[in-house]
Amino acid sequence: MEHSTPWLMSSLVYLGAAVLAVPLARLLGLGSIIGYLGAGIVIGPWGLKLVTDPKAMLEFAEFGVVLMLFLVGLELEPRRLWSLRRPIFGWGSVQLFGSAALIAGLAVALGVDWRLALVAGLGLGMSSTAIGLGVLGERNLMATSAGQSVLSVALLQDIAAIPILAIVPLLVVAGAGGHAEAGGGWLGAAKALGVIAAIIFGGRLLLRPALRWIARSDTPEIFTAAALLLVVATAALMQSVGLSMALGAFLAGVLLAESEYRRELETDIEPFKGLLLGLFFIAVGMSIDFAVVLASPALVAAVVLGFLLIKTLVLMGMARAMPVPLNEAPVFVMLLAQGGEFGFVVFQTALGAGVISPQTSSLLVASVAISMLLTPLLLVLNDRLLAPRLAARAQGPKLDEIADEQQAPIIICGFGRYGQIVGRLLNANGLAATVLDHDSEAVAGIRRFGWPAFYGDATRLDLLRVAGAAQARVIVVAVDDIEQSLKVVDLVQAHFKQATLVVRARNTTHWYGLHARGVKHIDRETLDSALMSGRSVLELMGWQPHAARNQALRFRQHNIELLHQMAPHQGDEKKLISVAQQGRQELDELWSRERSQRRELRERRGDGFKAESDTD
Amino acid sequence: MAQVLVIAAHPQLENSRATRSLMDAARRLDPARVKVRDLYAIYPDYCIDAAAEQAMLLDAQLVVWLHPVHWYAMPPMLKLWLDEVFAFGWAYGPGGRALAGKDLWLAASTGGPQESYRPDGYNRYFFDAFLHPCEQTAALCGMRWLPPLLLHGAHRVGKETLDTHSALFAERLASWPDWPEIEDMDPTPICDVPADARPTVDAAASVPGP
Repeated sequence: MEHSTPWLMSSLVYLGAAVLAVPLARLLGLGSIIGYLGAGIVIGPWGLKLVTDPKAMLEFAEFGVVLMLFLVGLELEPRRLWSLRRPIFGWGSVQLFGSAALIAGLAVALGVDWRLALVAGLGLGMSSTAIGLGVLGERNLMATSAGQSVLSVALLQDIAAIPILAIVPLLVVAGAGGHAEAGGGWLGAAKALGVIAAIIFGGRLLLRPALRWIARSDTPEIFTAAALLLVVATAALMQSVGLSMALGAFLAGVLLAESEYRRELETDIEPFKGLLLGLFFIAVGMSIDFAVVLASPALVAAVVLGFLLIKTLVLMGMARAMPVPLNEAPVFVMLLAQGGEFGFVVFQTALGAGVISPQTSSLLVASVAISMLLTPLLLVLNDRLLAPRLAARAQGPKLDEIADEQQAPIIICGFGRYGQIVGRLLNANGLAATVLDHDSEAVAGIRRFGWPAFYGDATRLDLLRVAGAAQARVIVVAVDDIEQSLKVVDLVQAHFKQATLVVRARNTTHWYGLHARGVKHIDRETLDSALMSGRSVLELMGWQPHAARNQALRFRQHNIELLHQMAPHQGDEKKLISVAQQGRQELDELWSRERSQRRELRERRGDGFKAESDTD
Repeated sequence: MAQVLVIAAHPQLENSRATRSLMDAARRLDPARVKVRDLYAIYPDYCIDAAAEQAMLLDAQLVVWLHPVHWYAMPPMLKLWLDEVFAFGWAYGPGGRALAGKDLWLAASTGGPQESYRPDGYNRYFFDAFLHPCEQTAALCGMRWLPPLLLHGAHRVGKETLDTHSALFAERLASWPDWPEIEDMDPTPICDVPADARPTVDAAASVPGP
């Protein structure tokens, strides 16, 4: 065995463990994260001892978190990030520093050295981005207000980790009466700012042309390589100046959120993220030092319960003040209460600098890991016990997921601003439609107006089936998230071929995605209202109302035809631009020809009248 | 390359008996020979593609108008189609001979019974009187106006009558141009337009805008 290639052996162990443990955990209704953690415990030094050096693996697998933040960034356009600045810096700081202060305060009150208390407070105050965002993704909660709040806090922690990791080693220096290098801090800060600026400007100016150039080579694996390289390079750049790799990847993601390659990047990175994140959780499971736990089980339990309790209190206060809707509050609290991977790094740094002893470090790391193991378990408990009760309390009718088989010939997925108009038109014409929406608040609101809406995620095959997708004649996809919209379309096309899809397109890229899937009825959500505005302007500029209407309708037709012509050239920007220009030119020519014909006609008519008056 | 082009227009096809039945009958014929265009279905927004319509007319030899008679005239969609497709300089006016030599046949239905279309009936005129605009449209374009196929009292006729009528319509579409009455018809009148009669007001209206 010793002679076999090491990477082959470890791949065998890791993949085998994951493939066995995750489906098992899901089968028990526990979610994949527990499966990974459990697999880690089993194969780790305290289980079957198949892996003995979990630290190295943890470092490697942390890259999964980096990739995840890149993907989160891809979903977040700069504008939306900017609108989140208050929750990030305001509420994020409240969570982190509030929790840290309370934990440290309690520790000092219990007679712990203040330096150790501070390190423990900061380390335990951090939450696990991997678990928080992982669960949000798994449960499709990213768009809810709880989801956005979790993301905001997680982002602040990423940012705050930089000064925290810089300060922790100083604690021992200050304690030892210090030979602090004052200049180093400033230089470091300048370097860090320089790198962030380089990423932002480089991302704005260079990334898109570079990706375009790579995409033109038409080699899919090279595009995948480029996507990975992009994340690795950003991470390396950030690490070289002591910044958080994940933060850098997040920035790069945000900068590419508006690019035309967003979807491709996402699909390329996604599997790597999934596997590495799984590996990360396995590594966390492996690194639980059961020797420490067994040596002082009461102390570990007290630390875990103590910091979970303090953070829960802080988070509950925040949920009330922000406010997070009552039925989302438990998820919000649970996703941020546990310790996280940054905790590991803080304790590692503190250990390296000699601020805390190896025993203390192990104890704290074990506490964090155990708290991470507890989170998914708590979530399961929440789903089974707390959530149904809260849903009932929050809005009279209980918001269970759709459960009774529905028979209506029409299903409307997504009942926001768009779906509601569709639904009301159908309803006014005496048609029954089953409405599915994954925002429980919205569903409750719709029901108050007498609509039999159901709470459920349309990207889930089982719920679609219950909604009657197998008998439906028409399925309207009006969800506002592009990715989910495409997911629903894929599901319907794979499983409910009898149903005709009518789909709302958020933008042109989305339209192309739907068109490529063969969807026949696609409507861009802004096209018609924008044309109505254009029509009003034409009228105000002197066009006859009816002429303005005709021109708007003709423009619409032309525009849709052009989109069809451009569809085959998706990804080839040069060609797209040339087709678009040609189309615009054709329309210009056609309409200027019509204008001159009209002028000619007027002149000719004028001549006619002149001739008449001449003969008179 | 359909030889026979049926232009059908019914603003409420869902309430139609006659037009729908005739349209269905025409659709059962060989589509390579008989093409049926349901205008209200093709242009729900009243945005008629004149170029496409003209191209189809060029291919056809027999043009059929199939519609109910509302307020003694064709439905508005067909009138719009006529206004936009039978364009100045194409169907009429200088150089406008695109339709010359083709046949135009009307298949219409009325709500009122045949007896009402008499000087002593409540519609006061023989039905022919309401057809003069159509006949003259054909004449100005150089088209031969075939004797119309009419179904009066369309709301009241029984299923049997309707079926017979539809079958007759289909048979006539299929047998055209071998119709016995074509032999006895007068030649298409020639409408010579004096040079100083142009431009006409209706041509100026064909292009919208300020």
